[in-house]
Amino acid sequence: MEFSVVISYFPRLLDGAWVTFQLVLLSIVLGAIFALPIALARISSSPLVRVFPFLYIFFFRGTPLLVQIFLVYYGASQFEVVKESIFWPILREPFWCAIIAFTLNTSAYTAEIFRGAIQAIPVGEVEACKVVGMTRVQMYRRILLPRAFGIVLPAYGNEIILMLKGSALASTITLLDLTGMARTIIARTYTPIEIFLAAGVIYLVISMVIIAIFKQVEKRQNRYLGPINVKVPDKG
Amino acid sequence: MIDLHGFGDQLLQGAIITVELAFASLVVGLILGLLGASAKLSSIKVLQWIANAYTTIIRGIPELLTVLIIYFGATSVLMSVASLFGYDEYIEIGAFTAGVTALGLTFGAYATEVFRGALQSIPKGQHEAATAMGMGKVRKFYRIILPQVWRMALPGLGNLFLVLLKDTALVSVVGLDDIMRKANIAVSTTKEPFLFYSAAACMYLILTIVSMVAVHYMEQKASRGIKRA
Repeated sequence: MEFSVVISYFPRLLDGAWVTFQLVLLSIVLGAIFALPIALARISSSPLVRVFPFLYIFFFRGTPLLVQIFLVYYGASQFEVVKESIFWPILREPFWCAIIAFTLNTSAYTAEIFRGAIQAIPVGEVEACKVVGMTRVQMYRRILLPRAFGIVLPAYGNEIILMLKGSALASTITLLDLTGMARTIIARTYTPIEIFLAAGVIYLVISMVIIAIFKQVEKRQNRYLGPINVKVPDKG
Repeated sequence: MIDLHGFGDQLLQGAIITVELAFASLVVGLILGLLGASAKLSSIKVLQWIANAYTTIIRGIPELLTVLIIYFGATSVLMSVASLFGYDEYIEIGAFTAGVTALGLTFGAYATEVFRGALQSIPKGQHEAATAMGMGKVRKFYRIILPQVWRMALPGLGNLFLVLLKDTALVSVVGLDDIMRKANIAVSTTKEPFLFYSAAACMYLILTIVSMVAVHYMEQKASRGIKRA
């Protein structure tokens, strides 16, 4: 074991971690934005509307992320139409291909989480909304979505960590994320264990930070569920 | 009909490797999961500590990295251990062995939590009743505890198996001839990436559907003693 390699290449690993961070952040933000309409369509009462999000979610949850990345990065280039279109400058870049694949993937998982949260809200609350005369939009904006946000948090935190781990696949399409950078360094130094372990530790630290952040947000969002702190005045 | 340029049978061979890898990892993972759960629930502090470290580390680092560490790392570890015993030949572990080890470790870490939840959900009275009937520890475990744990754990394990099935694709990165690598080979000769990766996606979808149906039947069989009102 030669851990001096880790020290000398640590700045490069951090460069990789920065790419990983950008990948994860962009795809979870975009993924959450796409997920909401998908989730709402998924719980629609019309079977015709329901079937599309169902198929979308089924495809992206039923196939490996690796296949999805390859389909976007290599698959798109099979068609001349794509190569001549205005999207080619984006689809040519491995970074944006990874973002597209991750966004589509995480939006399918997130949509299922959102759907579960919206459906977990007790019927009584929906009825209460209707009784006080709220419109559908008002009901979602005022009651259902804020309530769902609190319910969703633990599962959504897990999804972000899964995305962080999934982002390692970006290294298979030549991106120098944390895993990709580790592989590049190893190709030069030939010290697989040391560098991979260092990369693993960085991933662990990032997950722990995410977990800690979510604990705080959860505490804040669900503070009405916590123990009640009422100050009882001293008996004089 | 879709023309796979004669690579159809190659893809099917890949599917067989994928299924073999998934089942081998499942067996390793189930054993690790049961051991991990028992360690977490044991009263010995060291065992708890080891199990906690195992699940935290494995669940916190990417599966791809686990595969790479095992594939590239295990070789040098094995060689340095072997050289202590005076064996200096080159040792190499295959992609399949590395895949089973890495995916089994991953499955085991998640299964530990599933089994722990299931073990804890069994009422204390069941343990006491079994002991009162005069059953020994081992007999109590496989007659009373395990069948109930199995029923409780099946939905969670089913989900984990679906994740495992998709993770098998990662082992293609270190050169195992599974569906994914066969698709890569086909792409490099035919230059039709969209076609072959879509075909690969369909094969994974079919495997997913088959597993979902199988898990559903196993769940029904496991809970046949429980009547729904």
